[in-house]
Amino acid sequence: MAAKNTLLLGTRKGLVVYKKNGQSKWTYDRTHFLGIPVTIATIDTHTGTWWALLDHGHWGCKIHRSSDGQTWEEIEAPKYADGDEVKDGVPAVTKLLWAFASAGADKPGEILIGTEPGGLFRSKDNGDSFELVRSIWDHPSRKEQWFGGGRDHPAIHSINVDPRDSNHFYIGISCAGVFETTDGGATWEPRSKGLNADFLPDPSSEIGQDPHLVVMSQVDPDVMWQQNHCGIYKTTNGGKLWQDVGQKEGPANFGFAVAVHEEDPDVAWVVPGISDVVRVAVDQSLCVCRTDDGGESWKDFRSGLPQNDSFDIVFRHALDITGDTLAFGTTTGNLYLSDNLGENWGLMSANLPMVHSVEFV
Amino acid sequence: MAIVKFTANLKRFYPDLQPTQVKGETVSDVVDEIEAMHKGIKDYIVDESGELRKHVNIFIGNELIKDRKALTDRASGNDEIYIMQALSGG
Repeated sequence: MAAKNTLLLGTRKGLVVYKKNGQSKWTYDRTHFLGIPVTIATIDTHTGTWWALLDHGHWGCKIHRSSDGQTWEEIEAPKYADGDEVKDGVPAVTKLLWAFASAGADKPGEILIGTEPGGLFRSKDNGDSFELVRSIWDHPSRKEQWFGGGRDHPAIHSINVDPRDSNHFYIGISCAGVFETTDGGATWEPRSKGLNADFLPDPSSEIGQDPHLVVMSQVDPDVMWQQNHCGIYKTTNGGKLWQDVGQKEGPANFGFAVAVHEEDPDVAWVVPGISDVVRVAVDQSLCVCRTDDGGESWKDFRSGLPQNDSFDIVFRHALDITGDTLAFGTTTGNLYLSDNLGENWGLMSANLPMVHSVEFV
Repeated sequence: MAIVKFTANLKRFYPDLQPTQVKGETVSDVVDEIEAMHKGIKDYIVDESGELRKHVNIFIGNELIKDRKALTDRASGNDEIYIMQALSGG
């Protein structure tokens, strides 16, 4: 696997770039789009294209792409058509660009973008044009059973493409749940059995669940992890059944982000917080929890992290891993890095804006 | 012909923006006319349903337009139309 020596942060005030220098030290490089909220920043490894999904406070959502990470081109963001409705009588307009994925190694230039209010868009020409994936937008559950969780409308935040078969992928929606397609997005099935939503009249309903983030093991794609509003879940059979693997009494329970080891599907990390209205680190003590046994047990690591006076929460896209190195950014503008699988942490910056996304590229 | 003036903040994205004379009779017509001169700017002002973005205001003279959904307010010959951002941020 190629070394990832660049760290992209989507923040409330721009895309912040850190680079690893010859002495293996991460240093600040530059900021793009200063002052503009960036929800996702990434590089599509299949084309080398840099992507920045922007959420202007005043001017709407925009997409910028770059071939070199230096100069950027604004392209037209996905749009809903006349007549598309979130609910009957509520026109659908793009409120947030919240998930980005390459459609697969065999489809260079094909990308997928998840949005609020719940539409999945696909481009087959590297962003020159986008088309709403009608099959999931027209899913019979959408208008009646999907709803907003933390946002006004339902929103797609997770897209996981199976590295064995690019026609097989999953999306995660707050609040609707996990959906799977095996035919390139022509048809979809809900994959939320085993999840338990304590905010629903029927907590086991397959529709209406609130996965905060769904991630897929790249070496065993039948294994997926999700940090859910109501716990931590794992599946080992491609979403046919999810198992609650959170700690009922421990810190590893509520949170937004989850990361899975690049080579071991049983190793995963979460960064806990307190649900619901408080939303700070558990006991105001920031920790990262890791399981090495598929969720049977969790260890919490605190070395280098603030204890007793932390207000940090880690948003769903703000934790990433490459090799033994993990990084996460927080709502209070702190950026932490660990070079030993999350056991010890160092503060890289305490002066950032709110961090929306963290990605090694 | 009415004249359209823009908040300076839009010049970050459209550096060539200048006060512009327009023929359109409604604000919607005017926005389309500006879009023809500055491709993509309409998307900064309205969403895909045509509704004025939440944090954008348009004045005709000293009056805020009344129809934020369809922009049917009418402008006449000597009017000045201001496309502004709301006073929000942080």
